[in-house]
Amino acid sequence: MTDKQILPSGHPRIDSLEMRGIVKRFPGVLANDHVNFDVRAGEVHALLGENGAGKSTLMKQLYGLYHPDEGQIIFDGEPRVIHSPKDAIQLGIGMIHQHFMLVDSLTVAENVALGLPSTRGMMTDIDRVTKRICELAEVYGLDVEPDAYIWQLSVGQQQKVEIIKALYRGAALLILDEPTAVLTPQEVDDFFVTLTQMAKDGHALIFISHKLHEVMAFTHRVTVLRDGKNVGTVNTVDTNKNLLAEMMVGRPLNFIRNYKTIECGKPRLKVENLSALSDRGVPALKNVSFEVCAGEVLGLAGVSGNGQPELAQVIAGLRPSTSGKIMIDDETLTGSTPMQVIEKGVAYIPEKRNVDGLIKEFSVSENLILRDLDREFYSKNAFLNMNNIAKRSADLVKTFNVKTPSIDTPIKSLSGGNAQKVILAREISRQPRVLIAAQPTRGVDIGATEYIHERIIEQRETGTATLLISEDLDEIFALSDRIAVIFHGEIMGVVDRKDATLQSIGLMMAGEQPPETQAAE
Amino acid sequence: MRISWSSIFDALLPLIATAAALAIGAVMLVLLGANPLVAYGALIEGAFGSFNAVADTIVKATPLLLVGIGICIAFRAGVINIGGEGQMILGGLSSIAMGLAFPNMPGIIMIPVALLVGFAAGGLWGGIPGYLKARFNVNEILSTIMLNVIAVQLMNLLLRGPLIQPNQKGAAAIPQTARLAVEYDLPRLIPTRLHLGALIAVILAVAVYFFLWRTTIGYRIRAVGLNASASRYAGIKVERYIVLSLMLSGAFSGLAGAIQVYGVNHFMITDGTAASFTGSAGFNGIVAALFGQLHPIGAIPASFLFGALLVGANKLQRVVQVPAALITALNGLVVVFVVSSEIWRRKNARKRAIRELEEKLANVAHKSHSEGGDQNAG
Repeated sequence: MTDKQILPSGHPRIDSLEMRGIVKRFPGVLANDHVNFDVRAGEVHALLGENGAGKSTLMKQLYGLYHPDEGQIIFDGEPRVIHSPKDAIQLGIGMIHQHFMLVDSLTVAENVALGLPSTRGMMTDIDRVTKRICELAEVYGLDVEPDAYIWQLSVGQQQKVEIIKALYRGAALLILDEPTAVLTPQEVDDFFVTLTQMAKDGHALIFISHKLHEVMAFTHRVTVLRDGKNVGTVNTVDTNKNLLAEMMVGRPLNFIRNYKTIECGKPRLKVENLSALSDRGVPALKNVSFEVCAGEVLGLAGVSGNGQPELAQVIAGLRPSTSGKIMIDDETLTGSTPMQVIEKGVAYIPEKRNVDGLIKEFSVSENLILRDLDREFYSKNAFLNMNNIAKRSADLVKTFNVKTPSIDTPIKSLSGGNAQKVILAREISRQPRVLIAAQPTRGVDIGATEYIHERIIEQRETGTATLLISEDLDEIFALSDRIAVIFHGEIMGVVDRKDATLQSIGLMMAGEQPPETQAAE
Repeated sequence: MRISWSSIFDALLPLIATAAALAIGAVMLVLLGANPLVAYGALIEGAFGSFNAVADTIVKATPLLLVGIGICIAFRAGVINIGGEGQMILGGLSSIAMGLAFPNMPGIIMIPVALLVGFAAGGLWGGIPGYLKARFNVNEILSTIMLNVIAVQLMNLLLRGPLIQPNQKGAAAIPQTARLAVEYDLPRLIPTRLHLGALIAVILAVAVYFFLWRTTIGYRIRAVGLNASASRYAGIKVERYIVLSLMLSGAFSGLAGAIQVYGVNHFMITDGTAASFTGSAGFNGIVAALFGQLHPIGAIPASFLFGALLVGANKLQRVVQVPAALITALNGLVVVFVVSSEIWRRKNARKRAIRELEEKLANVAHKSHSEGGDQNAG
């Protein structure tokens, strides 16, 4: 065997990693069924699959969090047993989680040093760490300031800190778990440049994703998992988005592309100069104005943390506005209690499904009546009508295709997609005048996403005015008739879907004013 | 519903915890030179050995159950009521004041009126920390405990002053009230000390079960306790339900106090402590509620068992001649073990839920694929 080549970080590289015949069983479930997967130095290998397909189970075994029941993990031709993440790190494996593992109140250098032994015993050796970070940043072209506090950094920069952290620990192979979910399109481009360069330098990269266009854009090979099995491994150049989607879901998908230009008489939902504060008491919304017509979907694009949840909460009556007006048809909505907002026909799918939208410990049927408790059909003189509740719940579960053992099953045992369908069923079955859908398909598998999208489109036909708040541009582009972009609590512009491009929306998401022509309209 | 081993284990956990506490108690008994087998034999004999013993056990269990069902309501709403002692005292004071003020009414009128007055007074006493929490976010654990102390001093003040037995007035006054009119005694169920209060408590436990699971108010109380954020989203006025749940919780403790006066003591006397009136039922009721998994129906057998432990322990002390402090220690051990086992159970349940969730996610994804395929074929 030849001596191992050295990476720019100074650590030995991993020429090949192979996972062979991996079987992982959980009681009643075969999470990985004889899965084969391999990655080589110098390539970006995408691992594609829906939620529950076994992607994370597979990667957790590589990172030492789970142990395979059968099969082998082979490093550079030698079988290895990985007992713990510590073993994995020693072998040169790094993992970047979807949610960053950084301490906001510490500096970059302190975060990198966190959990590592100091060379100076009880004393910290931040100076040495800082120097090393600068070296790594230099070699890899990552502009990271070691003395900056994490809270000062943008999400894109934080991700670079995560990469530095992994490189510092000697990572030759990086597992990236849905790394682009939190980035703007421009940041994504930037990120891909970094990853491509790292691959060229001899790193092996595993890219976990369900975003097909990203997989197509910069990976070398794709392995698709479905139901814990390998569907196949293909070279990225030999495939396309539709083929990959079919491999993932196991059947052809209908990509929805039926936006339209609405002839709008009177707007159904009208927001005028709306301002509101965030939980911290700083302005989160600044003079926000827009209109949504009956039968229209207005997509609100924006990077996370630019005032989207605050906007939804103000409309839903859950957060006071400091100025401005909200109108639904001819009624004023401003200052209404959440209950009055519901009664006026505003349905709301909140962003944090498990925190705001559902009570996890409650059953499916209890969650289906959460916002409609006082309807005469469900209760009379404070006494619940258990028969009617059961009957309607069974109907809704069937109509909305919720996969649950029974209507008495607690929501927490349902998958994300099915839990979201419960919210959707509750909100849409009320036949709302206005629907606010915030991140309606986040963390939801493709099958359920497709279903939820169809139901939102369907609402258009019944004359509902829909405000679709999403950080997923694919979703915004697939469903919206018009697209508004929010940045730092301000609406940067509203464009017709037919005039919108990923590039133009992306620039507005990063805070640039739209081109003059659209602004003038 | 499928019954799994783990759910059976969970249901039995309070009993296992009690057994573990008694095992440690056995060690203490041995160190004190007593035979634990004889001692625990006496305990069982004392609690269940005769018709009268069982009746006494039930009488002892009655305030535990009443306090316990109130605790179920508060805990279900996510608030912790440690003020059962004070609320019982308020219930006792107000109901006895009622009965002493109007000594010549028919029992059939005065008894329900007095019990309602006790219920209302306990509710008010519980409503104070409820309001403070809802309005100023004052920690209810602290405020309820503080109100216990205030209630004790109020009792001492009233029993020395306006409520004192007339012939005790004078320098060497023993702070106690006159006896209530005999017509006001709660009816006996059978010729023992067992009184109507026990039946009322059981009926109310069932009623509270229906209240919590079959009414919109109960639904909202539970919703607020599990997830205040989602409750707000659902249009529930969270603060209002926090106040309501503490009021109801206090009201049931107040009723426990009133029933203690009308069913057992028929007068009130104080040695300056709360326990002289409540027998610590305001605290032990919390344990009974936890024992019963915070379910009002579960609180029925739980109170009975805990009542048995209290009654039996007296006999134990008499038979094996150990210091009274041992009985207190034994009770304390049971409380510590039951409460810890509940915390342990919850942690375990969370871990199990996470594990099950992961499995089910995989499972459901599997199912949805195969069904999706079927639809496609058809």
